[in-house]
Amino acid sequence: MPMAKVHVQTTINGEAADFLCEPRQSLLECLRDILTLTGTKEGCNDGNCGACTVLLDGRAVTSCLVLGVEAEGRSITTIEGIAGGSGLHPLQQAFLEDAALQCGICTPGFIVAAKALLDQEPHPTEERIRRYLANNLCRCTGYDKIIRAIQHAASQMEEAKA
Amino acid sequence: MSATEYSVIGTRPIRHDGADKVTGRALYGGDFQIAGLLYGHVLRSPHAHARIVRIDTRKAEALPGVRAVATAADFPPSGDRLVDLGEGQTPLSYIRGNVLASGKVLYKGHAVAAVAAVSAHVAEEAASLIEVDYEPLPCVLTAPEAMKEGAPILHDSLRTKELGEDGGLVSNVAEHFRHVLGDISQGFAQADAVIEREFHTSTVHQGYIEPHNATALWNNDGRVQVWCSTQGAFVVRDTMACILDIPVSQVKVTPMEIGGGFGGKIPVYLEPVAAVLSRKSGRPVKITMPRKDILEGTGPTPGSYIKVRIGASRDGRITAAQAHLAYEAGAYPGAMVGAGAMCVFAAYDIANITIDGYDVVVNKPSTAAYRAPGATNAAFATETVIDELAEKLGIDPIDFRLRNAAKEGTRRADGPKYRRIGCVEVLEAMKSHPHYTAPIEGPNRGRGVAIGFWFNVGLPSSVTLSVNSDGTVNLVEGSTDIGGTRTSIAMQAAEVLGIPAESVHPSVVDTDSIGFTAVTGGSRTTFATGMAACEAAQDAIRQMKERAARLWEVDASSVEFAKGSFRSNGHSCSFQELAGKLGQTGGPIIGRGAVNPRGAGGSFAGAIADVEVDPETGKVNILRFTSVQDVGKAIHPAYVEGQMQGGSAQGIGWGLNEEYYMSAAGAMMNSSLLDYRMPTTLDLPMIDTCIVEVPNPSHPFGVRGVGEANIVPPPAALANAIYRAAGVRLRRLPMKPSAVAEAIWSKNL
Repeated sequence: MPMAKVHVQTTINGEAADFLCEPRQSLLECLRDILTLTGTKEGCNDGNCGACTVLLDGRAVTSCLVLGVEAEGRSITTIEGIAGGSGLHPLQQAFLEDAALQCGICTPGFIVAAKALLDQEPHPTEERIRRYLANNLCRCTGYDKIIRAIQHAASQMEEAKA
Repeated sequence: MSATEYSVIGTRPIRHDGADKVTGRALYGGDFQIAGLLYGHVLRSPHAHARIVRIDTRKAEALPGVRAVATAADFPPSGDRLVDLGEGQTPLSYIRGNVLASGKVLYKGHAVAAVAAVSAHVAEEAASLIEVDYEPLPCVLTAPEAMKEGAPILHDSLRTKELGEDGGLVSNVAEHFRHVLGDISQGFAQADAVIEREFHTSTVHQGYIEPHNATALWNNDGRVQVWCSTQGAFVVRDTMACILDIPVSQVKVTPMEIGGGFGGKIPVYLEPVAAVLSRKSGRPVKITMPRKDILEGTGPTPGSYIKVRIGASRDGRITAAQAHLAYEAGAYPGAMVGAGAMCVFAAYDIANITIDGYDVVVNKPSTAAYRAPGATNAAFATETVIDELAEKLGIDPIDFRLRNAAKEGTRRADGPKYRRIGCVEVLEAMKSHPHYTAPIEGPNRGRGVAIGFWFNVGLPSSVTLSVNSDGTVNLVEGSTDIGGTRTSIAMQAAEVLGIPAESVHPSVVDTDSIGFTAVTGGSRTTFATGMAACEAAQDAIRQMKERAARLWEVDASSVEFAKGSFRSNGHSCSFQELAGKLGQTGGPIIGRGAVNPRGAGGSFAGAIADVEVDPETGKVNILRFTSVQDVGKAIHPAYVEGQMQGGSAQGIGWGLNEEYYMSAAGAMMNSSLLDYRMPTTLDLPMIDTCIVEVPNPSHPFGVRGVGEANIVPPPAALANAIYRAAGVRLRRLPMKPSAVAEAIWSKNL
């Protein structure tokens, strides 16, 4: 039966946000069903596919394994917060130019996770990218074009800095 | 090979839906919201085979927050009949019975009842309060077991169709068919070497990342609206109409963005259930399927038992081939063994062939299509035996295949005679590929090759195309876009119109807004919907020629159109200029294209795999992998490569890791994405692609379709590579570490 709701105050994509949720609701459900931030995708709801990856205080997490109430006082970045203004993030641009998506359902999770990686390590090797993204499943691409797009974005970001 | 110069075809524009999909704005089925939405949950059978004695829903109905509960009794009592929803005549009772079980449950995970409530949590809680009394029955899980005399029977009314006739006997074999070409006894008598082997392949799942989902609204005027993720909105519409016993025009299906399908999102599971819950509650109802239910309750692809016997003469010519294919249909007939039989020897020109196919029901989920359905199982068997024969005869495995390769004029055992095909070209591309010519060195390493075939299909497609005053066009289509087909279709219209790909704005629309369009499947979309787009573009051009003629006061037949310009008697005008003058020359122009094409060109694919086998653990590490495919013409080469890479990855998963691990009682023991082990980034190398283009004469640009053939060769290529690396032949999929290790230990005993 329905449960009493909890008031959660948090920061989402750089802006203060608050919502009411049941204690049993995952952060994924809160983002999608309460805040209508549906860019974060459900794939398995048990932490095994990575489609729901968001940044929690800058760290990549599967939002289906975080409770909504755990967002209290934290900062969350979702796929909706990756692009700055009207432009695209270099990762998003590289995914488009390099055809790194087919159905696109895993794409938000990959882009968010890859951003977490590039924020910490601007020049990851192929092996490092593969290891970092091993929790993000893609069934369409065989990962080849995703890995290349991330390498491409990394070099674009490096050029932009120079 | 393809030599025509194009301005749009063969380029790599950014896909039209790209920005939406990298920013999270694209709306998939699960993202759909509507005021008053309820959430549904489906209760599923804990037994693999049982009679339903009693269902009591009172406790669930009494739970606060619950708005409706449904069982099969809520479907209209319209009786049984044969319906054709695009895959031949099927009893309606099978389709309806798989959506909600009636009388018996036939697999663990079979849907039994459903609840709609104010939240998904309440719905799930309520579903657990539904009391179902079962009388468990013995279950049968594999084709060979189900074919035995005395096996538990799934359907009391199922009689074997034996070589086209009613065989009279009630059994689990829905059908036994046979294809015969020449005389195998004569063919095998001519052989100097004959090899016969048995193969087993596990049930595997398509593994799309997006869960099945459906939102339905049974409106107050009696019309049913559905928003869902499907490969074919019209198939959903027509299936809903059959199950709910209402006219097709009373159902409107809006296909939302779809997160992968691979054949698994052709069948209907949740849509009619959501509709019945909506009718009972008066509110829209959304159901999202949990991952465990996806693995246990939706169609995987058949497991199979296959026996293949091939004979060849000393000079490397195949003289005869025989196959016995027994495929597990799951709970209801339809194991795609027919397709397996079409493909099992399709790559070879063989005079004497006999193929026996058996469609066998077992207590596992009702199977669905999976990327070249039936062909991968068959090729695993054939291509392993071919490899063994080549070795026995001392011939290079690619040379042996080339000596016997199917070509224009080759007759397949199931009847068709090939038109222009690219089997030889694929093999030649493999032979000269830098991967194949590079040496492979080091202990426990080996290289394997294999080829495969998928016939591809045509089927109906509709497109309309409106010309905008700024020289762009809006293209409206019914093909759901799973991997970039908006773009591959738009590019074909752009090529005809002589405008850039970006000047075509494609939209995938609901079933009220476009003519009938069959599923996105069978590698047909870029082929058939692309043809409809070409036709619509040509229709627009024809109408625009009339407008130009009116402007220039010339005869319309004198107006020519080439490279984006209309010309006649010294007059000339670009497509864009004329588009700006439609208002003053007679009003809007809409081009129409509606096709049901024959002549889908079959596609051949090949794989070259280098592996390293750990002799201690049996773990197979892929060092290098190349996918080669004849695609006819690559409209958007980057997405063609993507299909080849994705199909290869799925074939690799099928070959090395993936399986339905079943308990003796028929429970899937690994129904999560942790335990159902699909390839991760760490399991795969970069996948090299080699596009071969032997144009299909039946398509304006030569397209064959690229989606499927690429999954067919990998398991066999890996088996052949493992043999060269470790000296053991594996004939059971998956070739998981424990199986490889065991084979190595047995060899060393």
